[in-house]
Amino acid sequence: MMRAPDTQITRPGLRAWLNSDAPASRFQARMIQLYLGWLKLRGNPLALIGFLIIVALVLMAIFAPWLATAEPSAQDLGQRLLPPGSAGHLLGTDELGRDIWSRIVYGSRITLMIVTLVAVTAPVFGLLVGTLAGYIGGWVDEVLMRVTDIFLAFPKLILALAFVAALGAGIENAILAISLTAWPPYARIARAETLTIRNADYIAAISLQGAGALHIITRHVWPMCLSSLIVRVTLDMAGIILTAAGLGFLGLGAQPPMPEWGAMISAGRKFVLDQWWVATMPGLAIFTVSLGFNLLGDGLRDILDPKKSKS
Amino acid sequence: MSDAGKGKVPALEISNLNVFFGHGESRFQAVKNVSFVLPEGASFGLVGESGSGKSTVLRAITGLVRDWSGTIKVAGSTLGERRETAFYRQVQMVFQDPYASLHPRHTVDRILSEPLRLHRIGDIDRRVLQALDDVGLPRAFRFRYPHQLSGGQRQRVAVARALMLEPRILLLDEPTSALDVSVQAEILNLLTDLRARRGLTYLMVSHDLAVVAHMCEQIAVMRLGEVVEVMGVEQMRQATPEDAYTQELLRASLGYDRDFFSAHMEE
Amino acid sequence: MNATDPLLTVEDLNVRFPTRQGVIEAVRGTSFSVGRERVGIVGESGSGKSMTGRAILRLVRPPGEVSARRIDFMGEDLLSLSEREMRRIRGHRISMVMQDPKFSLNPVIRVGEQISEAYRLHTRASRRAARQKTLEMLEAVQIRDPERVYQTFPHEVSGGMGQRIMIAMMLIPDPDLLIADEPTSALDVTVQMRVLAILDKLVQERGMGLIFISHDLNLVSSFCDRVIIMYGGRIVETCRAAELDKAEHPYTRGLLAALPRLDQPQARLDVLERDPAWLKEQSVVAHV
Repeated sequence: MMRAPDTQITRPGLRAWLNSDAPASRFQARMIQLYLGWLKLRGNPLALIGFLIIVALVLMAIFAPWLATAEPSAQDLGQRLLPPGSAGHLLGTDELGRDIWSRIVYGSRITLMIVTLVAVTAPVFGLLVGTLAGYIGGWVDEVLMRVTDIFLAFPKLILALAFVAALGAGIENAILAISLTAWPPYARIARAETLTIRNADYIAAISLQGAGALHIITRHVWPMCLSSLIVRVTLDMAGIILTAAGLGFLGLGAQPPMPEWGAMISAGRKFVLDQWWVATMPGLAIFTVSLGFNLLGDGLRDILDPKKSKS
Repeated sequence: MSDAGKGKVPALEISNLNVFFGHGESRFQAVKNVSFVLPEGASFGLVGESGSGKSTVLRAITGLVRDWSGTIKVAGSTLGERRETAFYRQVQMVFQDPYASLHPRHTVDRILSEPLRLHRIGDIDRRVLQALDDVGLPRAFRFRYPHQLSGGQRQRVAVARALMLEPRILLLDEPTSALDVSVQAEILNLLTDLRARRGLTYLMVSHDLAVVAHMCEQIAVMRLGEVVEVMGVEQMRQATPEDAYTQELLRASLGYDRDFFSAHMEE
Repeated sequence: MNATDPLLTVEDLNVRFPTRQGVIEAVRGTSFSVGRERVGIVGESGSGKSMTGRAILRLVRPPGEVSARRIDFMGEDLLSLSEREMRRIRGHRISMVMQDPKFSLNPVIRVGEQISEAYRLHTRASRRAARQKTLEMLEAVQIRDPERVYQTFPHEVSGGMGQRIMIAMMLIPDPDLLIADEPTSALDVTVQMRVLAILDKLVQERGMGLIFISHDLNLVSSFCDRVIIMYGGRIVETCRAAELDKAEHPYTRGLLAALPRLDQPQARLDVLERDPAWLKEQSVVAHV
C-alpha cells in the first residue's frame, strides 16, 4: 500500500508514542490503552469485520444524502416493483415506486438512532440500579431487585408491545418502550459485579482514604462494571434492532413513510413471492447490522474482559 | 491538640477489643478481649496463624469491620462508631496482596492523587512525584497501570498511597507475604527507612515470625482470637517464650525439624 | 535396583511459550536426576520451577511446548509415550500434589470416594477392598477419624486436612516418584510442619523419590536431601541440603542473605542485586 510521505514521517513517532511504557501524561496513558485495544481488535478478524460493519453503518447514516440515489419517500407509481439492477434503481423499487437502496440508506439513520438512544439509556439506568443495590445492600437491594424481577418476568417483546400500546405508536415511543424493557438484565449484571468488587481490597483501600459511598460507586465500581456491560449491550444490540424492526413490522414502531427497515419488510411481505426483493433487501440490512454487532460483541468480550485476558 | 501532652500519649491504645462476625445464631467472636498499647514511634507485631484474628484487629481499628466493642484510642482520643475524616489522616493501612489492593483500571498517578483530592490537599503534581521518589519508584512509572508493574513495584505504590495523607500510624497487614524473598527484603528495608525518616508508628500483622522479629520491638502472639503471649523481640530471638503454642510457632519458623515434628503429626 | 540409581533422568529440558510479544522460555536446558531421595527445587516466581514439575508429567498446556533430549523414568522415555500410556504413568507411578487441595478435589464427590476411585482406577480392586485401603491410607496421613472424613465433602475440611487427603489420594497407588508443587505453602506454619512430617515418613517408609518444589529456601534446605536452585529457567546451583550455607553462586547467596533471620538481628536486609549475566550462564547439571 502507498503511504503519503508526511504520514511516513509522523507514523514511527506516533507509534513510539503509543508503544511507550512510560507515558508522560494522563492523556497518553489513555491513548496507549485505546491503542492496545485496537491492536487486540485487529488481531481478531471476526471482531474486526463486526467493527467495520458498524463503522460502515455510521458512515452510511452520516453520508446518507450523498449515498442515496433518490429521495427516500419520492414516489413514482410508473416505476413500481422494479427488480434489482434496473436502471437507476440498484436494489429495485417498492410498491410505491420508491428506490429501495435509498430507503435502506436513510433507514440506517433510524436504526442508528434507535441503537444509540437505547444504548445510552437502558445500560446507564441498569448500571445505576445494579450498583446501588449491590453496594448499599440491605432493603435498598431488596426493593430495587424485586422491581427488576417484575420487569424480567415479562417477555421483552410483549412488554414493549404493552408499553407502545399504552404510549401510542411511533418511533419515539418504540425506543422508550425498548429501553424500559432492556434495563433489567443490565441491573442484574451490574449488581453481580458489584457484589464481588465491593469486597475487593482496592475498595477497602479507597474507603480508608476517606472516600464516601457515592465516590466509591461512581469512580471505583462503575469502571469495573463497564466492560461487562459494554459487551452485553453490544451483544444485545442485534436483539434491540430486531425488536424495533418487529414493532415497525407490527405497525407500532416507525410510521409510514419513514424508511424504517422493519416497516419496510412489513410492507414488502405482500409481494414476497413475486417481488421477493422488496422484503428481502431491508431484511438483509437488518441481518448484516445484527451480525456486525454480534461479531463485535464477541470480540469485545475477549478484549475487555479482564478475567479472560489475564490467562 | 496541645503540645504539652505529646510524647506521653500513646499513638494507639487498644483495650478489651472484641470483634464479632455474622448475626444471630451464627454470630461468632473473632477477637476476644485484646489489649495493647503502642507508644509514639513504636513498632508492634501481631503474629498468629489464619483464624487467629490478627488481621481482624486491624480491620476493627480502620472501621472496615463494624461489629466491635471495647476502646480504641488514637493519639489519646477515643474512636466512635464512625471514623471521621481526620482519622484517615492519622492512620493508614498497607494491604497484603498488592495484586488486589490497587484498582486495576487506575493509573499510579490516579491512585496516588485520589487521597489528596478527597481531602482537598493542593499541590498534587509535586506531592505525587515526591511520593514516587520516597518509595524508590522511577518518576516514569507515574502513568502506568498496575498490571504493568511487578509485585514489588505495586507494593511500593501501595505504601506510597498509604503515606499520601502523611499519617502517624501505619497498619501493615502482611505487607510482604505475597512477594518473593528478594522483593520482600526490598519492601522491608523501605518500611524500615520510612519509619526512621518520618518517625512513624507501625502495627504489623504477619504469620512470619522472622519478618516480625526483624521489624518490631514488641510482639504479641495471637491464637483463636486471643493474645496468648506478649514478648520483647529479644525474648523471641532467644526462643524463650512461655507459651507452648508460641514454642511450636518458633520451631516451625526455623524450618523443618524431623525429630520435633514427627512427634506432632496429628491434626 | 540400587537406592542411588536415578528413578528419573531429565536431560536438556526446555519449556517454551510462544506469545504475541515473542517466545517466553520458561525452562532453558535443565538437566537433573532424582533417585530414591528428597530433591528440592527452589526458586522465585518465574524461575521455571513449577513448569519443570509439569513438564515431567507432560502437563504443560498448549500453546506451551516441551522438548528435551531425554526424560527417562525407570527405563521408559516419557517423551515417546502416547497420551494413553502417559495416563498410566500419571497418578500411578508418578503422582503430583498441588498447592491448593481445594482446586484438585472434585467439590461434589465425597473425599473417601475420590480416593477409592483413584485406587480402583489403577488396581481394578473391588469396591470393598478400595474402601478398606482408603481408610488405611487416611489413617496413614494421621487423620484421627477416617470413617467420618471418608464421608465428608471437600468444602467441609480445613486446609491442612485437605492437603492430607490429597497426599493420601496421591500415595494410595504406591507411586515410585512424588512431585509436590508447593504442597504446604497455603497452610499455616504449624500445620505445614505436620503435613511435611507425614510426607517425610511416608516417603521414607515406601522408598519413594520426592521432588519438592518450593519458594521457601529455609524449608527446602531443612526438609530435603539435595537442593536444586533455579533462576530464569536455569539451574544456577545444586548442592546437598546440609551444605546450602556453603553455596557459591551469588544468586543463592543473595537469596540467603535477603531472608530475615530469627537468630541474627540485622538493621537492614541485604538486597539481591540481579546480574544480567546470570541469564546467559549455562544451566548447571544436577545429577545424583
